Amino acid sequence: MAEPTPERRPVRWHIAVFLAPAVIVYTLVMILPLAGTLDLALYRTVDKAQHFVGIANFSKLFGDPNWSGHFWNALGNNFWFFIVNMAVQNPIGIALAALLSSPRLRMKTFYRTAIFIPTILSFVIVGFVWKLILSPLWGIAPDLLKMVGLRHWFAPWLGDPHYALTTVALISVWQFVGIPMMLIYAALLSIPDEVIEAAEMDGVTGMSQFWKIKLPLILPSIGIISILTFVGNFNAFDLIYVAQGALAGPDYSTDILGTFLYRTFFGFQLQLGDPNMGATIATAMFGIILVGVCIYLFGIQRRLRRYQF
Amino acid sequence: MKYRTLTGLLLAGSLLGGTAAMAATTTITIESWRNDDLTVWQQKIIPAFEKSHPDIKVVFAPSAPTEYNAALNSKLEAGTAGDLITCRPFDASLALFQKGQLADLSSMKEMANFSDVAKAAWQTDDGKHTFCVPMASVIHGFIYNKDAFTKLGITPPKTVDEFYADLDKIKKDGTYVPLAMGTHDQWEAATMGYENIGPDYWKGEEGRKAIIAGTQKLTDPQWVEPFKQLAKWAPYMGDGFKAQTYPDSQNMFTLGRAAIYPAGSWEISGFEKQANFKMGAFPAPVPKAGDTCYISDQPDHAMGLNAASKHKQAAMTFLEWVGSTEFAQIYGNSLPGFFPLINKPVKIDDPLANEMLGWRKDCKSTMRYTYQILSRGTPNLENALWAASANVINGTQTPEAAAASLQKDLAAWYKPQQH
Repeated sequence: MAEPTPERRPVRWHIAVFLAPAVIVYTLVMILPLAGTLDLALYRTVDKAQHFVGIANFSKLFGDPNWSGHFWNALGNNFWFFIVNMAVQNPIGIALAALLSSPRLRMKTFYRTAIFIPTILSFVIVGFVWKLILSPLWGIAPDLLKMVGLRHWFAPWLGDPHYALTTVALISVWQFVGIPMMLIYAALLSIPDEVIEAAEMDGVTGMSQFWKIKLPLILPSIGIISILTFVGNFNAFDLIYVAQGALAGPDYSTDILGTFLYRTFFGFQLQLGDPNMGATIATAMFGIILVGVCIYLFGIQRRLRRYQF
Repeated sequence: MKYRTLTGLLLAGSLLGGTAAMAATTTITIESWRNDDLTVWQQKIIPAFEKSHPDIKVVFAPSAPTEYNAALNSKLEAGTAGDLITCRPFDASLALFQKGQLADLSSMKEMANFSDVAKAAWQTDDGKHTFCVPMASVIHGFIYNKDAFTKLGITPPKTVDEFYADLDKIKKDGTYVPLAMGTHDQWEAATMGYENIGPDYWKGEEGRKAIIAGTQKLTDPQWVEPFKQLAKWAPYMGDGFKAQTYPDSQNMFTLGRAAIYPAGSWEISGFEKQANFKMGAFPAPVPKAGDTCYISDQPDHAMGLNAASKHKQAAMTFLEWVGSTEFAQIYGNSLPGFFPLINKPVKIDDPLANEMLGWRKDCKSTMRYTYQILSRGTPNLENALWAASANVINGTQTPEAAAASLQKDLAAWYKPQQH
């Protein structure tokens, strides 16, 4: 058989054509605004004209105690918000998924739906409902605690600087626990029966089966959930805004980067908006999320072992 | 082809007809954030004006309060804003004037109908240019449950000592929560707390102007004392007041669960609809019997002329009417709790609103000290005051520490305070 003559391959237009819609839409709605924000952070408005100031806005944000105090406070609160979500929401999500995938459980679909429903509710509803539940005046929380004789445990949690942030974080956990549950549940279902049967033949059953066989197989999903939680929490804004207002009280104890950005960019009450400093904060948030995602991608994701079935 | 010519002719005809009708009556549009007042404008205010000015048609076109500033700015830049602009007090409107979007109204003869305090909210810092006609202010004080007071045999307090004596009696009786206020939303602690009782200590305008001039500091005793008073309020507030929101407090009072509500006069119409008990009001109690009383009489809205308006003459006619006693009379009675700023006598029929308006005779008017000039920098003084007042009531900051942190925040950017 003769070797086919090395012909020039035709230009593969279809690749560009198929990529184009996604690239164009993504560029228009994501990349351009992002570049615009980064650009805005390098200017300052003086006498109604934009002047290029280099990194002066950043040195103001990190160097001027009037700005940096709020920034570090917001960043610290953001980390706590993330830690609570990570340490409470995800383990509960995994546990719920493990329970749901147990073959002996009845009314599986009902539980799955019930737990997932809060995820599709609006922040406005979630914030409002929880504010009512926890209200010392009309809330059911004090009455419920009274029924079990623990009325003295009740405190105005949303109004106390020590508890407010944790309370809001737990509300966020309540709302979003359905997401890790669904993702892990899907991952657990995709484990082939042969693997499980083989484990049973070897005498690995019950809890040790979960720890030794199932958990390693769902680790990639847990990784994805962690990074989603990280990005989601560092971009969070709405729940705090609805539950605690833009001033994120009491005493800025629930102020996270999102609310700090909102106040700075759009202004609040007598504070006039400052788009340049707002863009500077947005850029700092972008940097933080970028670093976090990179640590995950290069430090963790590459080391995860994947199993092909 | 013929068809098209005919249609064109018809179209041109209808356009001409339209313009002819326009020439007879001029239509002017009002921009506002007071969408709650739409029916009052359509049914009472505009008909009253159009009756005496049949050649001018007025359209009241409000937007949502939270969107107003942003919407107005973009409309003004695009040249699509209405002829008359409802003005927010102080910096938001000042910025519009400086951009040349609001016309200078200093030469209007109706300006003589308003006091300097009334005009200050819509003037340049040096007071040389006024750009909006003052419409209404809100007065701070305390609204109380008259039935509860009668039942407990107490009278509205005049001095601070009487105030606490009353609160003690209400608390001892236990039927009512003495003070309906919470600190969750923070602004009530500052607006209905600190800036409500404060003017009695810093002597109203005297103290407010001294802070602007830099001759007094926020750490001076007259500025710390209101914080000390606020710290004493906590035991009289409801269980869990730290998580009590503004609507919670309103409901608590109108449901008859609380005796005294630290208030702004804008609550009047809402409260009168909700509450089924008699209500009265008293101004912030003075420190010692015989002291002059000061009330926070906060300028709230005014009306200015869009510099790019195409119907300036008609719009000015309307503005002149806004500056008249006739308008003040109609406005004050249609919206009880929003008091006309005119310095001529106006009769308000609503008894509760009338009671509050009466304080202007006996007490000296001032306004919230954070509003003029002092909230221009970073950190923002108004926001800082919200947090500080709530902290003091919550007991997480001492009055002295709260005052010191405000002074530090102000001195960080405000030159006259930096010596």
